[in-house]
Amino acid sequence: MMGKCGGAISLVCTALLLAAPQAAAQEKKTLTISSWGGAFQKAQKEAWFGIVEKELNVVIKEDNTSGIADVRTQVASGKPTWDLTTQGAYSCALLEKEGRLEKFDAETMKALTDIPTTIGRSEHCAPQIVYSVAIGWRDKAYPGKVPEGWAALWDVKNFPGQRSIRKHPIYALEMALIADGVPMDKLYPLDVERAFKKLEQLKPHVLVWWSSGAQSAQVLKDGEVDMVAAWNGRIQALENEPEGKGGKIKTTFNQQIIVSDSWMIPKGAPNKELAMKAIAIMSRPEVNARISNYINYAPSNTKSYDTGVIPKEKLPNLPNSPENFGKGFVQDNSWWVNNADAMVKRFDAFLQR
Amino acid sequence: MTTTSLADEVGRRDHAAWKAPNEAAYRRRERSETTVLAALAVPGLLLIGAIALTPIAWLFWLSFRSGSDFTFEHYERLLHPTYTLTLQTTFELSFLVTAICIALGYPLAYLISQVRPRLAGFLLLLVLFPVWTSLLVRCYAWLVLLQRRGVVNSWLQDMGLIDAPLRLMHNFTGTTIGMVHIMLPFMVLPLYATMRSINRDYMRAAANLGASPVKAFWGVFVPLSFPGLFAGIIIVFVLCLGFYVTPALLGGGRVMMWSMQIERNVTYHSDWGAASALGVVLLAMTLAILWGVGRLIGFDRIVGGR
Repeated sequence: MMGKCGGAISLVCTALLLAAPQAAAQEKKTLTISSWGGAFQKAQKEAWFGIVEKELNVVIKEDNTSGIADVRTQVASGKPTWDLTTQGAYSCALLEKEGRLEKFDAETMKALTDIPTTIGRSEHCAPQIVYSVAIGWRDKAYPGKVPEGWAALWDVKNFPGQRSIRKHPIYALEMALIADGVPMDKLYPLDVERAFKKLEQLKPHVLVWWSSGAQSAQVLKDGEVDMVAAWNGRIQALENEPEGKGGKIKTTFNQQIIVSDSWMIPKGAPNKELAMKAIAIMSRPEVNARISNYINYAPSNTKSYDTGVIPKEKLPNLPNSPENFGKGFVQDNSWWVNNADAMVKRFDAFLQR
Repeated sequence: MTTTSLADEVGRRDHAAWKAPNEAAYRRRERSETTVLAALAVPGLLLIGAIALTPIAWLFWLSFRSGSDFTFEHYERLLHPTYTLTLQTTFELSFLVTAICIALGYPLAYLISQVRPRLAGFLLLLVLFPVWTSLLVRCYAWLVLLQRRGVVNSWLQDMGLIDAPLRLMHNFTGTTIGMVHIMLPFMVLPLYATMRSINRDYMRAAANLGASPVKAFWGVFVPLSFPGLFAGIIIVFVLCLGFYVTPALLGGGRVMMWSMQIERNVTYHSDWGAASALGVVLLAMTLAILWGVGRLIGFDRIVGGR
């Protein structure tokens, strides 16, 4: 939202750009990158964009995105303004299926070798960061007890109180199945009937079905709910912030659902060659690793952990660090790409009954 | 307005077989006035055409397209329970909010219309004040007030009125409270405008003819205030049908409005057809309601305030 200029302001922006010396404009090309804004985009800028600008001798122009619909609109317009955008790995897989992305060339693919395909790497999607969906809880609500996994979310006897989970089937179904006893490595294809049956049990205890990361953090911090299933970065930020009405917040990576965000190039992007080079640079282990020094997100390149760029004391906070990765599982995007539409409809009906 | 009344007058005179000495001049004047009015309206009409009608027409077109084919699939999808339930919620909430707005707004507008002008101005300012504050800010304010450990609950608990916190938000109740707050001015303003123009002599005449104050109020004042009431009802109800932010923030995710389904469709489905179909349905229902109300009481009575 911050980056969206009003009409008048953007006119001024354009005027200033036009007024820039012609010579400089000819020397340096502009690479337009859109991302989620806020703390994350700031971290990306500090960790990566500066390096890309220097190596490729380009100027990076930043924009914001609020989701997959933006990419669709850009591509549908026939003249996308973005050279590079970041979206969830699942959205990337969906856009890939819809044929709205540029295919990476062989050189770029080589640069992506150490990013596992399991977290969403493909010919159109380059995972850049890894995060996870984990349990966060108010320490005061369960003194001396630790909710070890998704079963605890359902266990209202030992862990009474209100819950908050996302208003979307995308993590809820996996959580439900694991809570019902399905092993993490035998989840897919998801047993939808079983999952919804299990969710029905949880429904009376969910006070808030959150629709933004900020909301999931707010309800926990204010003590509106006692336990959330939310993005690890959001919960960890609360651990470090001054306490709210809800008191001290804790989290665990046990049974975490590992997901990622990917770089992608909208079909018809004006500088796609440059964009691919930028992806290659940002995927290099020693560059990729830098992101964790600016924000609580983990690098996507497995070799990043060998570079020594990430300080040792940071490792316990990163979902895919060698010690944490095995505690959870990676979400299967391919299942969701084919089933999300039906699941969202069913979930919305379930929510309203 | 001027031209029609002029024409009416001329027509009536014709009927009475009475010719004005300067009738030709009248006619000329009428024609030139019509031309001028039409010319003045052109920029407005063009603007409305460009910024309102074109997108609506485009949405309508999209809602019947799948790729390059004609299709009803976007409308068939709407038969899924998720949409029928949402439609039910949307209407229930809109009815409820409108009813509460009437119950709260009518006495308030009556009070404002009866007090001294200076006090009335001050009271109107209080009614308008929230309208100048961002909708989002007002919703967040309710969040602070209504949540489990919020101001209202801790108050009630401190006073010993309740033991456990009430569930005031993250549900239908919270959404209703927030929406009533936002909609109330839209009920009060048209009501006040109509009430102020009601001649108090009618009430005195009713009293003079033996009506008790209560009877005079219900038999004379209330019917005269109907145009304002209907205008308020229509504005509030129609705005409620398309509400998004308040239910999203105060509904805890379980109050699903039609507008949210539109957003979900734009976000999760690969083309705009599905969302367009939802938009078309909402528009059609709104127009049907307006048409029904118009048939029932006549539009000029509402918009003309007469």
